[in-house]
Amino acid sequence: MSQAVPSREVARRVFAREFNDASYTFKESDDERAPVYLLLPTGERANRVFLVGTLTEKEDVGEDNEYWRGRIVDPTGTFFVYAGQYQPEAASALRDLEPPAYVAIVGKPRTYETDDGGVNVSVRPESITTVDAATRDRWVIETATRTLERIEAFDDEANEYARMVDEQYDLDVASYREAAVSALQSLDETDELEAEA
Amino acid sequence: MSELRTHAAEIVEQFSDHLDLDVEEVESRLDNLVNEYRVPVEEARRSVVNSYLDEADLEREELGGGESRAVALADIDEDEQWIDVTAKVVELWEPRNEAIAQVGLLGDESGRTKFVAFETSDLPDLDEGAVYELKNVVTDEYEGNFSVKLNRTTTITELDEDVEVGDDSVEVEGALVDIQSGSGLIKRCPEEGCTRVLQNGRCSEHGEVDGEFDLRIKGVLDDGQDVHEVIFDRESTEELTGLALEEAKDMAMDALDTTVVAEEMRADTLGRYYRVSGPQLGRYVLVDEFERQDGPVDAEAALIKARSI
Repeated sequence: MSQAVPSREVARRVFAREFNDASYTFKESDDERAPVYLLLPTGERANRVFLVGTLTEKEDVGEDNEYWRGRIVDPTGTFFVYAGQYQPEAASALRDLEPPAYVAIVGKPRTYETDDGGVNVSVRPESITTVDAATRDRWVIETATRTLERIEAFDDEANEYARMVDEQYDLDVASYREAAVSALQSLDETDELEAEA
Repeated sequence: MSELRTHAAEIVEQFSDHLDLDVEEVESRLDNLVNEYRVPVEEARRSVVNSYLDEADLEREELGGGESRAVALADIDEDEQWIDVTAKVVELWEPRNEAIAQVGLLGDESGRTKFVAFETSDLPDLDEGAVYELKNVVTDEYEGNFSVKLNRTTTITELDEDVEVGDDSVEVEGALVDIQSGSGLIKRCPEEGCTRVLQNGRCSEHGEVDGEFDLRIKGVLDDGQDVHEVIFDRESTEELTGLALEEAKDMAMDALDTTVVAEEMRADTLGRYYRVSGPQLGRYVLVDEFERQDGPVDAEAALIKARSI
């Protein structure tokens, strides 16, 4: 089949724990408009992510203009989401939302260097919508599955992004398997609690 | 059998009504061209066939097919192939260009494919609903979509049989991660057979027209590995969003803005998981049926996988 139409970037599924460990970004062509990828520590490139979690706090951290920061919690950690005047729909969604709420976010990874030389990573949302608990649970399973698939493919010599991880990061890949397992177990526990109630 | 021997056997078969050829001999002629003179196989075959045509005093067109070139529509995957198809004329469309005599959709058990016949080919017209054997049609590709072109050498034989036209629908699932522009409350060109979506009140074919309202969603389903572009028509959009065309028009009227409809649809559907099925047309899956995936989930399979690695 022809690949003439430039394909849309896949929205990767990644838990907050792994996402926040990422810091290295790169382009695959010299074109000024070429997509920027965040290197995920399990060996995948991410130009877009899809996440579902609980919005626990929101705050307008802007000075002159509105600039909303939201904390989105998943079973492994917290995503930071920033939306300002250039993301009017996402900004107004954050303005209107009352935490706590389950939200689904499609967005682009963004990195910035902190004063002490570290790198923070956040999400610049394309869309934010409120969803239900079933959607959130489905996302946890899907994200665990995708994470495990990446870990499984990690040692493959031909896995170029895993080899890039070897060069760029000094992280323990097995820890993301543990995070995925405990995320899955947290679902099982809530099921049991509901069954007992 | 070696590749050359296969070609040789096919050539012997092609000439079976005219010449008594020997496979070994044909193969050695091919071998000489391909391996001694570095001629590409297809060219070598053409050259050998030509020499036998001379010998038998035949024109290329008179030559029997030999190998069967019958191809199921869904198996067409290469540009500029000469093939035979047996198919039903599922639909005839209005030609948009004077050079085109007929255009429409052929269907066989494997699926559906567009066909075009040109005025210059001077062929008899095909009837909608009839089944034909079409010999010597050429495949064509545009942006990954295949079609077949009838031409001057195409022979058309109407068959007295019916063809069950296959359902070439695909099933895709994932989270709805985007609703693209051109979604929501749209206007279509009212010209007979046009239905193009208007941009700022203009049809790209018929200019400024008084459009007719319609609903649709051009969405993106993404499962974390692949993205699929899907189109919900009015009926499935209404079912997906619970918003009927009349309500959508009222909403837009109140807001003096049609974009409020798409905004409302985004809020109600983005970030949810769906499974849809329908025919694939180019980049898009046209949604016939869909299902929201909001049932209980089972972490067990993923846990088993986790423990296995």
